[in-house]
Parts: sequence; C-alpha cells; structure tokens
Amino acid sequence: MTWTFLIDALVTVIGITTPILLAASGELVVEKSGVINLGIEGMMLVGAITGFAVAFEFSNPWIGIGAAALAGVATSMIFAVLVLSLGTNQVATGLALTIFGIGLSSLIGTNYTGFAALPFDPPFPDALVQHPIWRVIFGHSVFVYFAFLLVFTIGWFLSSTRAGLVLRSVGENDFSAHSIGYPVVAIRFAAIAFGGAIAGIAGANFSMVITPMWAEQMTAGRGWIALALVVFAGWRAGRLLAGAYFFGVLMTLELYAKASGYAIIPSQFWAAMPYLIAVAVLAFISSRDGKSGKEPACLGKPFLPNG
Amino acid sequence: MGNFTRRDVMKAVAAASALQLSGQSALAADPLKVAFIFIGPVGDYGWTWAHNKGRLDLEKALGNKVKTTYVENVKEDASAIPILRDLARQGNKLIFACSFNYMEQVLEVAREFPEVKFEHCTGFKRAPNVATYSARFHEGRAVIGTIAGYMSKSGVIGYLGSFKIPEVVMGVNAFTLAAQAVNPKIQTKLVMIDTWFDPAKETAATQTLANLGCDVITTHTDSPAPLQFCEQKGIYGFGQGADMSKFAPKAQLTAIEDIWAPHYIKRANAVINGTWKSEDFWEGIKAGDVVISPYNPIVPKNVQEAANKIIDGYKNETYDIFKGPIFDQNGTEKVSAGKAMSLGELATIDWYVKGVQSA
Repeated sequence: MTWTFLIDALVTVIGITTPILLAASGELVVEKSGVINLGIEGMMLVGAITGFAVAFEFSNPWIGIGAAALAGVATSMIFAVLVLSLGTNQVATGLALTIFGIGLSSLIGTNYTGFAALPFDPPFPDALVQHPIWRVIFGHSVFVYFAFLLVFTIGWFLSSTRAGLVLRSVGENDFSAHSIGYPVVAIRFAAIAFGGAIAGIAGANFSMVITPMWAEQMTAGRGWIALALVVFAGWRAGRLLAGAYFFGVLMTLELYAKASGYAIIPSQFWAAMPYLIAVAVLAFISSRDGKSGKEPACLGKPFLPNG
Repeated sequence: MGNFTRRDVMKAVAAASALQLSGQSALAADPLKVAFIFIGPVGDYGWTWAHNKGRLDLEKALGNKVKTTYVENVKEDASAIPILRDLARQGNKLIFACSFNYMEQVLEVAREFPEVKFEHCTGFKRAPNVATYSARFHEGRAVIGTIAGYMSKSGVIGYLGSFKIPEVVMGVNAFTLAAQAVNPKIQTKLVMIDTWFDPAKETAATQTLANLGCDVITTHTDSPAPLQFCEQKGIYGFGQGADMSKFAPKAQLTAIEDIWAPHYIKRANAVINGTWKSEDFWEGIKAGDVVISPYNPIVPKNVQEAANKIIDGYKNETYDIFKGPIFDQNGTEKVSAGKAMSLGELATIDWYVKGVQSA
C-alpha cells in the first residue's frame, strides 16, 4: 500500500462526502431556527441544473455557483412563504418541495442533457494540484474548501456569536424570543434562505465537479442522507463534520472491499452499514439525558404570534 | 422517504393521465395505447434514454396509430404493481416494463388484466399475455472485451456492475473471456454498486477500480459519469447503452448502443393486427438490436480489425464467446471443449468465469 494509493482513496472519500456535508450544514442552521425543511433534495436538484446551465451558457463556473445559490434561495422561499406566512405543515410542505424540485429541474434540464460541463480546476497552481503528495491538500475543487470553511464558521456562529444565540433562542422558544422583541419570522426566513443557498451550492457540486454533466435526479437521494446526518450529529457542527466523513469513509470502504473481492461480509450488509450505525448512534444519543444532542424544542412547530 | 416522494410523483402522473383519459370517449379508430415503465430518468443518457428513444421512434413510425406514455424512476419493488395496474386501467393495451426486477410484478398484474399485453425486458418468465425481450448485450461485451484485452497495459480491467442478475453476469463473463482470448493473464475486478443510476456512486466506484490498478473500465450502470472520470484520469472506458463520446472524447474507445425501436414497432404492429403472441425475443448484433459505435481513433488498426472480426462472426453466426472450455472462478469446468452454452442456460447464469475477482 503506497501513499498514492491512500491519497486516491481519500480523494474518493472527500468527493463523496462534500455535497452531503454542504447540504447538511445548511439544514443545520434551518433546524436550529426551529424549522425542518425536507426539501433539500429538491433544492439541490434545482441548484444542480441552474449551476450547470448558467456555467455552460456563460462559460464561467463561478457565475454558475452564484446562480445555483440564488436558485436554491428562490426555491427555499416558496417553502418559507408557505410554512412561515401561511402556517402550512412543515413536513408536508418540505416533501412537496422535493417533488417540485425534481420536476422543475427535469424541465429546465431537458435542453441540457447530453452535454459535459466545462472543466472546473482546483484554485491552486498546477504544481501543487498535480503534486503526488500535496494534491491531498491542494488537489480539490473549491466546493471542498468551502465546505470545511462553512462548517467551522457555522459552529463558531452558533456557539460564540450574539446572532447565533438569537437564532438558537428562536428555535428553542419562539414565544419568549418574540416577547423580548426578536423578529422570529424574519429570522426564520433568513435561516431558510441560507439553507436554500447552501443546498443549491451542494447541487452545483454534483453537476459541475463530481459528475460534470446534467442528468435528471443526479443527486440520487443524497438530500435525505444530509437530513439524517443533522439528526445523527445531534444538531452540532463538529459532529456534523465527523459524521459526514464517517459516512463517506464507510461508503468508500464498501467499494474497496467489493473491488478487492472480500466476500466475508455480504455486500448488502456493507450497503446497509451507514444506516445501521446511524440507528445505533441515535439510540445511544436518545438513551442519555442532558442537553447534548437534543433537537431544538420548537422544531417543526408553526409560530403564530397572535394565536 | 425517497420512496414516498417517488410514489407521490407517480400518483400525480397517474391522476393527470386518468383525467386526460376521461375527456375522450371511445372513438372508432382509437389509437393503440402503449405504456412504458422505466427504472431511471429518461434523461440518464444511458439505458432509460435508449428505451425512451425507442418509444419516440415508435411514435414517429406509427404516427396516430399509437399513443404512448411512460412512467420514469419506477423502483424495482412492490411499488411497481400499482403503477402497472394504473397504466392497465387507463386503457393501455401494450405495456413494456424495462428492467429485470419488474419480473414478478409484471406477472402479477398481467394475471389481473388478461386482455392487456405485457412485455418484460431482460426477464425470462412468460405467461399467455406476458412476452419477454432483450438484446444480446453480451455480444457487444465480447467486442469491447477484445478491445480491452489489447488496450490494457496492467492486465487488470474493471467492470462496474449494478446487480448480480443474469444480464450483468453474462456481460462480465463475455467481457472477461474476450479479453482473455487476447491476453490470457487478464484479471477483471468487479464492483456491484446495488443501483442502476447514481452518478456520484458510479464515479466513486470507478475511482476505486482505477486506484486498484484497472486501466480499462467498462460500466453496466446507466450514466456517463464513469467515463468522465476515465477522461480526467487518462484511462479508457466504453459507452453503455448509447454513444457517450461527447462526455469523454479521449476515454471512450467505443460504445455498445441499444437499439429498441425495431422491437417496439414490430410488437405494436402485432397488437394492432391481432397477431401478438407470448414469445421471447433475444436478438443481437445480427438483427441490429446491438450496435457498436465508431471506434475512437486511438484504437490501433489491428485492434479494430480484431474487434470487427467478432462483429462479423456474430453477423454470420460463426462466432460465440460462450464456447467451451469455460471454467468458473474456482477452476471448475462449467462448459466442456467443443460445447457452447445455450441461450436458455445464459438467461439464468449466476456464476463468474475464471479471472473475475468479485465480492
């Protein structure tokens, strides 16, 4: 086993983990504000096709990423208006958003099937990107660095800033936050928009880097894994990072075990492993008392200040 | 949760088409309604894309004599049953189910609707109103296996599979045997990813195969994602279901194209003329159901000639990749010298040939 071999394996892990980590980071902020948005998959797909199409038309991947984020925000605003302004059920609305996103992205994508995206090279000099060892740090797409930066920033924002405290208070006790004068609905709008932008960028990660093309439903259910990851991580940014990479390592190990001909463990078991472990961790978390790993108290509940 | 959303989409589709139906009364010259259920999205640019192209060509060929609909992303579980049922109730008289694991679901629904004709792709169980059809993809696999045998420098080639079903096992074996006919030392590494369509996982699996030393990798899943990785990495691959050279102009050596239109047109006509019978259709290169795309100019002349020889051999029925002696992974002789496997044996094959490394 050589360094090159390990680095190549790590590249696979990072590639498979990053979009899940991104989408989950956005959802973490949304859920911390007391809203659960099950529409991640839909927002990712809208981001994926928008990012691809715009980057393709303008021959500029950066504009593509920006457009993907905006498309994510726009999609999430449909959800926000329905659940925050009209008080609809968050679970049902989120599911509807996923269905809507699948349909909308397929519709936009009709004219973009069968094209390859422009190459989107890592933002470092070729000498570092191609270097046999240093590529482990410098050889990735911007999405990878952005994901790391994002999860650390969110962790710091939630635990160490005043704005983060306000956001959490809205998620833990919306009536108290309201009574001392915080604009609960506006804060939730902002959180949902943020989650939408990040989901859009996570989608663009698929269509611009991982598989540089557009194919319908190319996210193949990653939005649901991101959603599970937030719960798995106990609504904490640090655990989110660890959990996402844990999933990524397991998925990659499964592929390596199969390709190396290890039949000791049936492949179905490998495929089920991330979910089995998630269940075990959830059982472990819920069996403990205390504050760590508890969901925001107002999660999923509508806020009607006059009701 | 994924199930839930898909089913919801399906219900919406079904409801929408039911509405449409109630608007029309039974006219004298009603077109034949033909329905398709697909495993993936029609935009996958692979397997489902090829079937949908067959559907569109059917519409083009028969014009207002037929009216087609399709439902995409139908899972290979019990959720296929209500979808098939809905399609039958909506007045479709010919229904194509385009993936292997719809087998039992098709048979079950076919019993409830004896007047509706069903056709199941890549399956092997028939009923009075259930026919089966497939294409001999393994003939194409023998052609690309030959090319892989010449092009691989490491002697290790990769096969990205979906599920251990006869169609895939046959492909793995044909690919490996053909490569070994060129270079007896060839080893095939096989990864099954338990899905037909998941571009990110297909890419990850291709990365894995490349990292384990494979320098030519073929895919038996439905997206061009693996080829894109081969292009970046500077290794070789093959298009699956459709010519994917647009995605990987350097990496795609050639592609196996599935051409379904002739079958769909023939069978729709059979229903219209009342000559439809439950049969098994399994044609290949000779009938034009399996087509090899133009070779990449990278492929040397002698390799192209060797590949053409296999194609010609299938055209004039002088060549068969499944001629003995064939040994399985443990070295047991499965087919003795001078004998060949029958199509019936192939249709239920569940063992890999010697030189395949699988989990």
